[in-house]
Amino acid sequence: MQARYSFFSLARNALGYHENWPEAWRSPEPKASYDVVVVGGGGHGLATAYYLAKEHGITNVAVIERGWLGGGNTGRNTTIVRSNYLWDESAALYEHALKLWEGLSQDLNYNVMFSQRGVMNLAHNQHDLRELQRRIHSNRLNGVDSEFLDARGVKEFCPIIDLRQGGRYPVLGASLQRRGGTARHDAVAWGYARGADARGVDIIQNCPVTGFRISNGRIQGVETGRGYIEAKKVAVVTAGHSSVMAGLAGFRLPVHSLPLQALVSEPVKPVIDCVVMSNAVHAYVSQSDKGELVIGAGVDKYVGYGQRGSLPVTEETLAAICELFPIFRRMRMLRQWGGIVDTCPDASPIISKTPVQGLYFNCGWGTGGFKATPGSGWVFAHTVANDNPHPLAAPFALDRFTSGYLIDEHGAAAVAH
Amino acid sequence: MLLIDCPHCGPRAELEFSYGHEAHIERPKAPEALSDAEWADYLFLRDNTKGVILERWVHSHGCRRWFNVARDTVTYEILAVYPMGAEPPALERKTYV
Ligand SMILES: Cc1cc2nc3c(=O)[nH]c(=O)nc-3n(C[C@H](O)[C@H](O)[C@H](O)COP(=O)(O)OP(=O)(O)OC[C@H]3O[C@@H](n4cnc5c(N)ncnc54)[C@H](O)[C@@H]3O)c2cc1C
Ligand SMILES: [Zn+2]
Repeated sequence: MQARYSFFSLARNALGYHENWPEAWRSPEPKASYDVVVVGGGGHGLATAYYLAKEHGITNVAVIERGWLGGGNTGRNTTIVRSNYLWDESAALYEHALKLWEGLSQDLNYNVMFSQRGVMNLAHNQHDLRELQRRIHSNRLNGVDSEFLDARGVKEFCPIIDLRQGGRYPVLGASLQRRGGTARHDAVAWGYARGADARGVDIIQNCPVTGFRISNGRIQGVETGRGYIEAKKVAVVTAGHSSVMAGLAGFRLPVHSLPLQALVSEPVKPVIDCVVMSNAVHAYVSQSDKGELVIGAGVDKYVGYGQRGSLPVTEETLAAICELFPIFRRMRMLRQWGGIVDTCPDASPIISKTPVQGLYFNCGWGTGGFKATPGSGWVFAHTVANDNPHPLAAPFALDRFTSGYLIDEHGAAAVAH
Repeated sequence: MLLIDCPHCGPRAELEFSYGHEAHIERPKAPEALSDAEWADYLFLRDNTKGVILERWVHSHGCRRWFNVARDTVTYEILAVYPMGAEPPALERKTYV
């Protein structure tokens, strides 16, 4: 039985030297059969399981993860959350997610440390300015908070930025989403895992899915490292490995798997209290509660499944950061790593039924899906439960690549996160 | 960082090159005869193999010429470099799950 986290349980456990906390979720042996098997224990997969149980009453569910929970992109990302996307379809999807973020810690009874510290997107030239303003107007029409800052406003919002205009990347203005910010990535995975487990979902780690059993065009179950598991429905949420999974099921996806990297610096005292991102120079930065600068870069340009990033990309990003923030020039970087992101031709996700009945895919979130975690799980759970796309997910189905109804979010999503 | 052996200029650092994704894709000979699904295939579906992939590169900051590469996308080992239009070399097309 799980303990409810509260001030009182904290105080009570402090008296017991924190030795009596119960486990946050079970590690059961897989059952022979489930109503739904979710493949991939990242944030999106766990959120899907959570909402399947909570919103749709489907609790005979397993989440099967090849490694550890959140060990994919969920635990490797720079945690920027915002919803200022250009097109109506994306604005609706990401804004739905942002609204869920705003109540998530309460809903999960788990502190995901969601911090609405404001996200600023910089413009370095006239074209950037026009694009940003177009996006701001479109955001406002969609009820997404978004405002324009001129150079002075940028300096007021983030005083350490270099605005002497002598640099390589002059800052002419920025868009600001005040409701945007960051969250603690691991906590998101753990909070959803704990919430799903409490509702009966089995969470199975260290168990790769290695194949699908399909007969008469219908999914029967999954082959795993721990044997065959029967399933009425299978929901695949494997990010960078989605093409591999689709291949096992006999179809192809319009997805490229590319390494995306990030770095953290040595910890310092609070120096930047917002998120600053620049699409043009492939750099974005915020500061974690531990004091580290969290810096994100661009993707490697070639297909790769090695979870590391190429060094020229690191160099380019750090050069841009030093140019914008001369104050950081002498900082040391502590760690650098990569995650395999699943990018789509239109920089929008795929949330879809597939050519196989009872098999659903949620992927293509590419460089920017962390922000969508709650919304993605919400609409995907609905899609799986009803065998029919959630209205917010319908435009993101696979058939858009045949119909030509692409949702081109390169401006809002491609480099920036 | 990859060290790519340009057939014309010799081994150079990855940042001198641009990537062209899957090799050996032919432009449809009768575009007007294609169905929407065939167009989608031609435009959007590319090999994204976890394993050995056949791909195109161009030496954009060098001789500016295109060529094909066989590369393992997990080890990043470059297994072969061969000219545009040539048949892929005989090598094991290893894949991983
Ligand atoms: C460096 C970096 C920075 C980023 N920055 C941001 C950001 O600031 N803001 C933002 O919104 N997004 C960002 N993203 C993108 C974001 O991290 C992802 O879009 C999001 O986390 C995807 O979540 P997921 O649950 O779908 O994938 P993942 O967390 O990758 O989960 C997929 C899981 O599937 C598992 N899996 C794969 N194959 C199998 C198999 N065969 N069997 C069982 N399990 C399998 C994997 O082990 C993995 O745990 C960033 C990504 C990276 C790499
Ligand atoms: Zn050359």
